[in-house]
Amino acid sequence: MKHSEPIEYIIRPPGKLSLNLRELWQYRELFFFFTWRDIKVKYKQTILGFLWAVIQPLLMMAIFVVFFAKALKISTDEVPAPIFYYSGLLLWNIFSTGIGAAGNSMISNANIIKKIYFPRLIIPISSILTAVFDFMMALLLFVILLVYFNFHGYDFSWMKLLFYLPLGLILTVVTTFGLGSFIAALNVKYRDFRYVIPFFIQFLLFVTPVIYPVSIFEGNWLETLLSLNPMTGAITLCRSAFTDSLIDWKMIGLSTFSAIIVFLLGIFQFRKTEAYFADLA
Amino acid sequence: MKPILEIRNISKTFTIGGKKKGYLSLRESFIEKFKSFTKREKNEQFWALKDISFDVYPGDSIGIIGKNGAGKSTLLKIISKITPPTKGQITARGRIASLLEVGTGFHPELTGRENIFLNGSILGLKRSEILSRFDEIVDFSGVEQFLETPLKHYSSGMQLRLAFSVAAHLEPEILVVDEVLAVGDAEFQKKCLGKMEEVSKNEGRTVLFVSHNLGAVKNLCRKGIHLKNGNINASGNTSEIVDIYLKSLKFSVPLNKITFNGPLHSKVILSKVLLNDIDPFSYPVQISQLDEVRISLVFSIKLVKPFRITLSIYKEGIRLFSLHDSESKTAPAGYINSVFILPKKMLRPGLYSIAVGGHETDKYGEWFWREDLCAFDISEEWDGDIEPINLGLINVIAKTERIIL
Repeated sequence: MKHSEPIEYIIRPPGKLSLNLRELWQYRELFFFFTWRDIKVKYKQTILGFLWAVIQPLLMMAIFVVFFAKALKISTDEVPAPIFYYSGLLLWNIFSTGIGAAGNSMISNANIIKKIYFPRLIIPISSILTAVFDFMMALLLFVILLVYFNFHGYDFSWMKLLFYLPLGLILTVVTTFGLGSFIAALNVKYRDFRYVIPFFIQFLLFVTPVIYPVSIFEGNWLETLLSLNPMTGAITLCRSAFTDSLIDWKMIGLSTFSAIIVFLLGIFQFRKTEAYFADLA
Repeated sequence: MKPILEIRNISKTFTIGGKKKGYLSLRESFIEKFKSFTKREKNEQFWALKDISFDVYPGDSIGIIGKNGAGKSTLLKIISKITPPTKGQITARGRIASLLEVGTGFHPELTGRENIFLNGSILGLKRSEILSRFDEIVDFSGVEQFLETPLKHYSSGMQLRLAFSVAAHLEPEILVVDEVLAVGDAEFQKKCLGKMEEVSKNEGRTVLFVSHNLGAVKNLCRKGIHLKNGNINASGNTSEIVDIYLKSLKFSVPLNKITFNGPLHSKVILSKVLLNDIDPFSYPVQISQLDEVRISLVFSIKLVKPFRITLSIYKEGIRLFSLHDSESKTAPAGYINSVFILPKKMLRPGLYSIAVGGHETDKYGEWFWREDLCAFDISEEWDGDIEPINLGLINVIAKTERIIL
């Protein structure tokens, strides 16, 4: 920590909200180290290791194909059922594991928070980056799946996928980050949220088009309501590579709008309370 | 020369509402909200620090001493940005690294090598800096054989060694240390003290040190600050401050103002206290570790039932043990003198506080009690039976043997 230029800073009571991105940038290596730690620890002492990131969505997909597509005959918008479900699960898993991990992250890192200063936002962000890492693993299988289906005559646009999947990913990460840091901040003060999170995620799965396509609500007021769920937009974007129908930009707009609201709310709540985390944790 | 730390009017308050302790739950806070409609339960404000101001110049080594709850740790936490002040501001002109507890962020599942990187980066080192100091860190810790072993298989001593060596290689401009030397084996403690001395004396770096170990404070710090109930009671030359601290413990209340708690408090007056024939209310008492400690208490008592007097010895807020005098069969109204003699070489160097009370010995006996009556200091003197390095609170001279099988 030898510095040629003199550093000077002021410690004062928490005042106005500021993101202080410069400080986050100074601590950028810590993102890497926290994420790296979480990934290491998650897969340490497991035989299958990183395979777990693939097995989970794969098994879920298999179950969905058997129960929802084959048995209940729920529409998959003419997309092959495995691709339909797996594409939904890809983004959904970022969201669900991200929310779970970020929500509990401040508590599980309480011993560090109480002893060392660093921008607290690094902790929930790193939890979400860990979920994104799992996504990357799962994405490999998705590509294999797509190549297989493509080889067996299923036609779709790789270009569209290459364009829309990242958009869906961004929307997912923004949402997860907003909601995750919101819950993380509340969880420090009210430990109830530890119990609320799993229930909440389960609840959200039903109001997100992972198992069913949005088209089953076409023209219905429920469709508008569903659009307010940012994950609806994200998953629809991702799947649009497989359908010929035009993207419903009104829906995407609504989803993006509520994603931004969630994002701002989350950061606001987090920044408002972070100074006192060490006193509360 | 500009101060490296300008501490200006720092205050910190905590809210201590009635029985609101531990974690909140939503349900509780709803109930609280509801209650506040019916009856106003005011939240008490506790001022951990009140208007603290002082300057720290580059190269200073400052020891912060005071009783438990005087605000020492809160002050260090504010300086190291862990918790914000309620009022006031601090201008810092250098990197601060706090060793509030070494090994922060260690993860038991990761290997020693991985933990060095993780811990180092949490403490504020860049990856490149860790890489360039890696060999030094490993050397200092002495765990090079176990670098690829998960930390959970380390002994606690090894974990501490690794943690301290990462922390010792931080090279911040301001080092903040809070009681790190409480644990560890003998050789390593020496190493740590040496490293801190090197940091403060030879390298001229700034050190803030909080400890109950007055010897270490005297040895390591040139200046001292005595905190008392969140205020700076005195500051200056370390040995003066240590003396003031010791006296403040002894002269806090004159003997004739001593009162007891409990149902029997009005029936008892403590009229004389002598520690090795010295009145602790008039002079600070220092007793050699090699001597007996003789505590003589004279009470004026108006009790009717049989009773006995209890004496407890505290160190750093921990009750070490309690003794009773012999029970009186009758209960004379008048003066009694209870004497307690602690064996020599039992108490280790440091500050001890005395609590005194008594209770009636029948089934529903009432009691009286007084904590922090007075204090005494056990000074360092060593002989073959007792060793300077000991990982406990008291010395026990026991028979030990080793049989070669």
